[in-house]
Amino acid sequence: MQRETTIALVGNPNTGKSTLFNALTGLKQKIANYPGVTVEKKVGYATIGGKQFRIVDLPGTYSLNPKQIDERITYQVLAGKYEHEPEPDLVIVMADASNLDRNLYLVSQIMDLGIPVIVVLSMVDVAEERGIEINADKISKGFGVPVLPMVTKNEKEVQKLRDYLSSHTLNASKPLQWNPGESLRKAINIIIEEWIKPHTGLPERTWTVEALRFIGDDQAINLIPEIEKQHQLRQIVQKARKILDDAGKNYAAEEVLKRYDYIEKCTAGSVVKSGEDKATLSDKIDEYVTHKVFGPVIFGLVLLLMFQSIFSWAEPFMDLIDLLFIEMGSWVAANLPPGILNDLLVEGVIAGLGGVVIFLPQITFLFFFISVLEGTGYMARAAFVMDGFMTRIGLHGRSVVPLMSGFACAIPGIMAARTIENWSDRIITIMVLPFMACSARLPVYALMIAAFIPSTTFLGIFTLQGITFFGLYIFGIVMAILAAFVMKQFIKTDQPSPFIMELPSYKMPKWSGVFQNVFDRGKVFVTEAGKIILGISIVLWFLASFPKTDQPETLATDNITTENVETRSSEDEQVAASLKLQQSYAGQFGQFIEPVIEPLGFDWKIGIGLITSFAAREVMVGTLNTIYSVQDQDDAVSLQKKLQRDVDSNGEPIYSVWTALSLMVFFALAMQCMSTIAIVKRETNSWKWPAVMFIYMTSLAYICSFLVYQVGTNFS
Amino acid sequence: MKKLSDLKESGVRTIKNVKGPEMLRLLEMGLTPGSKVEVVRAAPLGYPIEVKIRGYLLSLRESEAKCIEIE
Repeated sequence: MQRETTIALVGNPNTGKSTLFNALTGLKQKIANYPGVTVEKKVGYATIGGKQFRIVDLPGTYSLNPKQIDERITYQVLAGKYEHEPEPDLVIVMADASNLDRNLYLVSQIMDLGIPVIVVLSMVDVAEERGIEINADKISKGFGVPVLPMVTKNEKEVQKLRDYLSSHTLNASKPLQWNPGESLRKAINIIIEEWIKPHTGLPERTWTVEALRFIGDDQAINLIPEIEKQHQLRQIVQKARKILDDAGKNYAAEEVLKRYDYIEKCTAGSVVKSGEDKATLSDKIDEYVTHKVFGPVIFGLVLLLMFQSIFSWAEPFMDLIDLLFIEMGSWVAANLPPGILNDLLVEGVIAGLGGVVIFLPQITFLFFFISVLEGTGYMARAAFVMDGFMTRIGLHGRSVVPLMSGFACAIPGIMAARTIENWSDRIITIMVLPFMACSARLPVYALMIAAFIPSTTFLGIFTLQGITFFGLYIFGIVMAILAAFVMKQFIKTDQPSPFIMELPSYKMPKWSGVFQNVFDRGKVFVTEAGKIILGISIVLWFLASFPKTDQPETLATDNITTENVETRSSEDEQVAASLKLQQSYAGQFGQFIEPVIEPLGFDWKIGIGLITSFAAREVMVGTLNTIYSVQDQDDAVSLQKKLQRDVDSNGEPIYSVWTALSLMVFFALAMQCMSTIAIVKRETNSWKWPAVMFIYMTSLAYICSFLVYQVGTNFS
Repeated sequence: MKKLSDLKESGVRTIKNVKGPEMLRLLEMGLTPGSKVEVVRAAPLGYPIEVKIRGYLLSLRESEAKCIEIE
């Protein structure tokens, strides 16, 4: 059998690489993380001219001197140094025709790696609009590699690439086509002869690029694990650099300058610019979108529109999913013989699956908007406009959209943090994001505020209830900012966090790409985070249902009269449910932790709620409802009233304003959401970060609630 | 020594030298000595700035703009 050919797809960010990937592979794609890191690995398959191709879409990069972890993977795969990915047989480099110099820089580096290269010139149409006409044949002759101009949106043009692939056998070009000059050449040779040949087992084709990395970048040297070897290498590098110094060259700049010299020579005469610096439509849009005043205003409006739509569009779907799973649950409950299996299916599995699927509408809508904003080029502008504000609180311009998404739900927000390239900025954004008041906190806030905050009005329009509500949102934001600020002091990485970011020209998003992205996000959530959520749901079900108690049958037989048999039996069911919950492991645990939560003003009933609400924060309300149904069997009275009139053994009311405030503060800060834990595990690829998140948020919640309750009750 | 961060008014300038911790990345992005650079505009709080280099737009924070010497 013929071995399949592996093609690596490489290019600068924003070159339309994903579009070509989708066009070549269609739906035959697999998405996963590279092992141990949170860089997405996209692999697809295609049959071209009867031959099987395996296509790897490598993370976008500007150069092979990797700064970020994802760029490092691109380099390692191309150099054949990455253990989890076979060496590619062929590299397709996407180069943006409207931005040729910088794109050809990467091409020239890849050509040094001794792998056959095809250059696909994308966005020829954008270039033409700017008055840039490119002679691809001339560039091809200059570089000595095939150069195919292409509008990737056009299927016919993609076919040209397929035809080329099936009709040509490609050879690797020789390294150093770009003439590094005498001194740099000498320096390269020193590194190869004295370090690479005797000390590494690297294949010959990578020698030049490896040597250049050491000459130009200390970081490459620092990555050598053994100190002694590092020291030895450093001495060799010093020697090589001295040659450049003696020749009056800057060792770190020489390679780049020589490459750009070569590129300028090759493109001379093949790029014709007419009407230089003509203001394009893109420039005109930018005058408003990145304006000092209009910019933030426009960004605010875009966010508002986005979240309004997510709320109003996702809600009917969420209700529908909710209904569907309830129906499914009751169907199974009615049609399977009662028993543990029935309970497990209905209350554990089906409820757990429902808890996973319920997030899909919000994820879908948020990623639809994010993909459109990314695809048009607006996202980079939003980051540009907001970066000044965000860096002052220790975050990044790109943190704004994920953080704002957190107001709807932390899950899609944490997934959206992928758009932040720098790891430490990304992790801080993820870690503070759950402080944003998500919609699951609303039912709890609403219940407590309605029951315990007086509806005093002042200034005519403001009520104390409304202000409390608003205050809780602000409280979440302030805590997120403080936490980000503190974390910035602790999470220091060796990676600098530059903001050398390209602002790509505006274009229409490619719709198939948008839908592909939305589909991918949903699939990743269901298959990866879904497993964890389902698992925890079943554990929670077990805790709330076992040990089994004897049903208090006597209750059911008392006082039955014909007219109220219906209401009686439903009431009895509630009572039974409540007793069951109280005596379950969850109930026992709630009572067990009572001494711990007492200083916060909470009793064991709230304790049970704190445990069950780990499934989702709004479950708190349902749990209190179940518990109070046994204690206070007055059906005519709402849960709100029942809470108000609950008294302890001394006849003192259990709840006060301070209990309510303490509980709301606790809900604002504590990490009580298993789905968030699951998605943080997925997005950071380790259990470390979800563990840190759980501990720091819950401790902070405990301390703040303690302060609110103790100060409140002792000084008021 | 004039730096890109000193530029108040827009206008096309020529890069003289690039220094500092981000030198390599800046050079790789095409900000090589001798190439033309133009400050297009600044973000709301003064930074980052948007520059035009080799026909495309790039945003730079203050610390990075300070690394670029101009003629």
